[in-house]
Amino acid sequence: MSAAPAYSEDKGGSAGPGEAEYGHDPASGGIFSSDYKRHDDLKEMLDTNKDSLKLEAMKRIVAMIARGKNASDLFPAVVKNVACKNIEVKKLVYVYLVRYAEEQQDLALLSISTFQRGLKDPNQLIRASALRVLSSIRVPIIVPIMMLAIKEAASDMSPYVRKTAAHAIPKLYSLDSDQKDQLIEVIEKLLADKTTLVAGSVVMAFEEVCPERIDLIHKNYRKLCNLLIDVEEWGQVVIISMLTRYARTQFLSPTQNESLLEENPEKAFYGSEEDEAKGPGSEEAAAAALPTRKPYVMDPDHRLLLRNTKPLLQSRSAAVVMAVAQLYFHLAPKAEVGVIAKALVRLLRSHSEVQYVVLQNVATMSIKRRGMFEPYLKSFYIRSTDPTQIKILKLEVLTNLANETNIPTVLREFQTYIRSMDKDFVAATIQAIGRCATNIGRVRDTCLNGLVQLLSNRDELVVAESVVVIKKLLQMQPAQHGEIIKHLAKLTDNIQVPMARASILWLIGEYCEHVPRIAPDVLRKMAKSFTAEEDIVKLQVINLAAKLYLTNSKQTKLLTQYVLSLAKYDQNYDIRDRARFTRQLIVPSEQGGALSRHAKKLFLAPKPAPVLESSFKDRDHFQLGSLSHLLNAKATGYQELPDWPEEAPDPSVRNVEVPEWTKCSNREKRKEKEKPFYSDSEGESGPTESADSDPESESESDSKSSSESGSGESSSESDNEDQDEDEEKGRSSESEQSEEEGEKKKMKKRKKVPEGQREGSSSDEGSDSSSSSSESEMTSDTEEEQVEPASWRKKTPPSGKSAPAAKEISLLDLEDFTPPSVQPLSPPTVVSTSLAADLEGLTLTDSPLVPSLLSPVSGAGRQELLHRVAGEGLAVDYTFSRQPFSGDPHMVSVHIHFSNSSDTPIKGLHVGTPKLPAGISIQEFPEIESLSPGESTTAIMGINFCDSTQAANFQLCTQTRQFYVSIQPPVGELMAPVFMSENEFKKEQGLQGGR
Amino acid sequence: MIHSLFLINSSGDIFLEKHWKSVVSRSVCDYFFEAQERATEAENVPPVIPTPHHYLLSVYRHKIFFVAVIQTEVPPLFVIEFLHRVVDTFQDYFGVCSEPVIKDNVVVVYEVLEEMLDNGFPLATESNILKELIKPPTILRTVVNTITGSTNVGDQLPTGQLSVVPWRRTGVKYTNNEAYFDVVEEIDAIIDKSGSTITAEIQGVIDACVKLTGMPDLTLSFMNPRLLDDVSFHPCVRFKRWESERILSFIPPDGNFRLLSYHVSAQNLVAIPVYVKHNISFRDSTSLGRFEITVGPKQTMGKTIEGVIVTSQMPKGVLNMSLSPSQGTHTFDPVTKMLSWDVGKINPQKLPSLKGTVSLQAGASRPDENPTINLQFKIQQLAISGLNPPLFAKEDWP
Repeated sequence: MSAAPAYSEDKGGSAGPGEAEYGHDPASGGIFSSDYKRHDDLKEMLDTNKDSLKLEAMKRIVAMIARGKNASDLFPAVVKNVACKNIEVKKLVYVYLVRYAEEQQDLALLSISTFQRGLKDPNQLIRASALRVLSSIRVPIIVPIMMLAIKEAASDMSPYVRKTAAHAIPKLYSLDSDQKDQLIEVIEKLLADKTTLVAGSVVMAFEEVCPERIDLIHKNYRKLCNLLIDVEEWGQVVIISMLTRYARTQFLSPTQNESLLEENPEKAFYGSEEDEAKGPGSEEAAAAALPTRKPYVMDPDHRLLLRNTKPLLQSRSAAVVMAVAQLYFHLAPKAEVGVIAKALVRLLRSHSEVQYVVLQNVATMSIKRRGMFEPYLKSFYIRSTDPTQIKILKLEVLTNLANETNIPTVLREFQTYIRSMDKDFVAATIQAIGRCATNIGRVRDTCLNGLVQLLSNRDELVVAESVVVIKKLLQMQPAQHGEIIKHLAKLTDNIQVPMARASILWLIGEYCEHVPRIAPDVLRKMAKSFTAEEDIVKLQVINLAAKLYLTNSKQTKLLTQYVLSLAKYDQNYDIRDRARFTRQLIVPSEQGGALSRHAKKLFLAPKPAPVLESSFKDRDHFQLGSLSHLLNAKATGYQELPDWPEEAPDPSVRNVEVPEWTKCSNREKRKEKEKPFYSDSEGESGPTESADSDPESESESDSKSSSESGSGESSSESDNEDQDEDEEKGRSSESEQSEEEGEKKKMKKRKKVPEGQREGSSSDEGSDSSSSSSESEMTSDTEEEQVEPASWRKKTPPSGKSAPAAKEISLLDLEDFTPPSVQPLSPPTVVSTSLAADLEGLTLTDSPLVPSLLSPVSGAGRQELLHRVAGEGLAVDYTFSRQPFSGDPHMVSVHIHFSNSSDTPIKGLHVGTPKLPAGISIQEFPEIESLSPGESTTAIMGINFCDSTQAANFQLCTQTRQFYVSIQPPVGELMAPVFMSENEFKKEQGLQGGR
Repeated sequence: MIHSLFLINSSGDIFLEKHWKSVVSRSVCDYFFEAQERATEAENVPPVIPTPHHYLLSVYRHKIFFVAVIQTEVPPLFVIEFLHRVVDTFQDYFGVCSEPVIKDNVVVVYEVLEEMLDNGFPLATESNILKELIKPPTILRTVVNTITGSTNVGDQLPTGQLSVVPWRRTGVKYTNNEAYFDVVEEIDAIIDKSGSTITAEIQGVIDACVKLTGMPDLTLSFMNPRLLDDVSFHPCVRFKRWESERILSFIPPDGNFRLLSYHVSAQNLVAIPVYVKHNISFRDSTSLGRFEITVGPKQTMGKTIEGVIVTSQMPKGVLNMSLSPSQGTHTFDPVTKMLSWDVGKINPQKLPSLKGTVSLQAGASRPDENPTINLQFKIQQLAISGLNPPLFAKEDWP
């Protein structure tokens, strides 16, 4: 109604809206010209000084745009009004501008200065809307202006302007993807923003611009988790799905123990989900049964995510609920996934489109986690008012949920469905019955009988579908069912659906010994109608003929020959081929073909029964709730959900406060010391395994064996593997032994600390390690903030023991941690400094770091192996030197440049156990004893890539840490120039041919 | 995210288009029309249709298809939820969301869509904020606009977007402060032909209309909150408080909104307040069948059952029906084979019934299918779940 004046005039204009529809149709020239004239009067109206006329004109123009008509020729007239005082006109001008700027780039530039002025306005809303429109104008020339505007807005006082800046980032990126690096800087800055308004938008920008830069999230992870509940709904969806991916790369699988259970009998498997209370128990049982497995302890950050997303299951937005559901499905331990079922079932009461998407996801989930939805079985019952596509999805879920106990009710439901008027749905129901029958042996006969009854149904489609399903079921136990086959044979007279006829023929052929009398007669009938059959039926007739010929050649020899002759001249080449092939096989020729002797084996070999599977099987490799999952095909821009890491990456990267790092580094360093000393690595395995179940015994044995300690690393999931690696490292730095000798005594004193203290309460731990850190003159103020899992704490005491030594050593020692380890800084400053340092690091990698110690290597082509942040101060680059590797001619020589940007020395750099693909080998570089802060060095290593471009993965170990790195050679680096004469070349070339 | 939006009416005309990024040609909708043709019925058009370069996500409401075009991976529910939100917003603005209304208000619609998404990502979807940005049309305003020539674009700046409670606009003033809460429960049951309940669920919502000055902070408690085992809230409700105390604590949006919806699961026994007696039989020999249904009340706690509508889809073989109702009106559509009977109120003394004969296609055999009967009804002032309306609503505001 509001637009009534504009609209009515529009209507009255000439022929009403109908005319307008043809306006841009070149065929209707006459109307076009009148349309054109009308634009003239619009122009006039826009040129007047009266706001009301301008407004009227703009309204009509916007109405044209909305109806999809072309109004681009008005561009100059409209753009003039961009600076109009009237806010209403201005708004509509913006709408127009954004729509047509792309087509009229030069003219659009006229408006830019207005927006630039708007960007400086004292009112935040005007700044924001200026940025919004400016960034929506898709004109490549203004990219630098946009970039500048975004950068400024990103540090605006107002969160609303910052939000707009976040929105502008993907717009600029889609306009010019070369700006990526600069945009990432802005994103990084905005990610650190603490307001809920910005969070959703910046994560959206992150997902569109640089979803691969997962490292940007580390520092903001906890903040995002905590803000999540207050972010607006759309932002929540984006953040949750991003965090799902993040968690998959950063935490260990919570089901790693349970995955072993899955191999055990099914009962245990389902038992653990059906009853949440039982869950932990069965886990324990598994742990007990498999003493070599390390106990799993969930990273506190992982727990934080699960805890903070759970209330969102009660969101009113289906999208949020689905996002949380998929997060739980992908990340939560089995026992906890159950909570999402109720929320998902609730969504089934929503609009049918929502139901459609939710049911697709439930179908996938119900295959893997059947127990989860079993209590809600009845919610999936079909209503007569459901659209067919919903019915079929519900049927799929019901079939997945059917088991021994509930099958009677499910089948009763199915019986009702068969009487439905919706034939597609009936067909799907019959298929579903077939699947239930194959999955649940107990009801197979019942189902089969039911299906046989359906054979007398008057609807041919129903009969046909039943025949197809019966065929599959009979294949499982043909012997008892001669009667059914006979019954089916009779149907060939009536039933016309090709698939069903083909199925019957196949059955008769396959089990002809059960129906010796009927089979030849069926063949006779089919031979008679052969030419009129569908291709698929013809193939089965040939099949039947061949099988009968082999079993009962007396009666069917002539018939077979007749069929084969008919087939020989069929129009379809498949049938001709099949006939020829069959003839050669079954009819013994003069040559006495070897094959025909085995024809019986070939044709009448026992065939495995088909497995009726859900089409939703294996769909869960797509992230649930995603478009790709729905389509079961990768959509553009889909981010793969990574597999869980084998070993947890360092959780300390998420620590925002620096003093925590200090503590970690201390502890690790100290542990390392102790390590090499107790070379009996075997002795260690005992205590560690029992670690979780019995902390006391662990600490005891720890102290007895004078602390194997090591382990723990900084990773909170202290793993056996970690320990092993530590040991390796330890062994390689034997030189440290003497120092440790001294330490050992101190540690022994220390072990008198009452065992009870180490039981794992955080306060205990706090006091424990604070005492140690005070000894080492380092602060651990942030102890409380660092919520570490139990096992981690248990590792702490040993580290405390060695604390006294840390002080002296820290001077000599190579320390691979960043500055903060010396001066604890207040959190905010730390963030900014580390950020700045980070950027420094980025630029450094572009230019050669230091003059190489070795033969000069071209600075170009230097690639990053380990970023200084990931490496905790150790930055590693590599280049292909393009020089022969001295040791082995097959190896490519690679220069590795290390630089230590932390301010503690890094010791004992060497290559740890490489995990190499077949054929690839590595000649390690000699161990680098120590790299003092700020120093850089270069080492050469040889890699035999075996002429492939597979990556060589290996570990780069320092004394305290190991980093997984990989070098992937470009093809060009694998080639070497060879000098040869022309003759030699030709000779070589000749050798290449034909091989 | 969302590239473009097309509104398509049931006859296949695109009557509105809006692009948030570069323009996508409307020919992309041809894929949609193809799918529509294949689906035969509007409800069966798949909500997600992949095309070579785009994906079409659609919702069907009020006989209009809202088709969103997207280019890259995005959670489908995100888009579907947004489209529904768009429809709700239109409904909120114009009272109804239909093709003529949208066409009449095309400029407002376009402006609203412009504000709802920025570059395809939702920006302002709360109706309180939107209404501040773009005023909904009212008769008074239309008259004023016609005289003064102004539009519905709000002349103040949308400060609501800046506040911590984005769903409530600031500076609300009423002389009469009032708040209404409306509990609506739907019962949804499948009953087999012998009359026993297969499954029954209760779905309830509490809609609120709050007209209070300033920034009120309300709390609402229930007599028996345990009934609400599965609840979803408007974002204004504080989750934590509900979790710990089972008390609804919130700063309400201004005007109408849905405070919460709840679900009482099938496990709890639900008493269906109505029953249907039916006797439908087809005979093979003659081409006639008998048809008789009676509707009666059951456990209504003294309340009358109103607005009863019975619909039933007859099998294809049915040619016509000659029926006589004891009350209300009935129609039978021989094309769609849909029988509908508008009963009205049920009088327990004289139960409404519909009797008559069914004429079947001559020569055709008895239909296999059982017709299903759908029954809709309303009961005022009865919460079937037994949820007691809020005991008190305490208002604390400065």
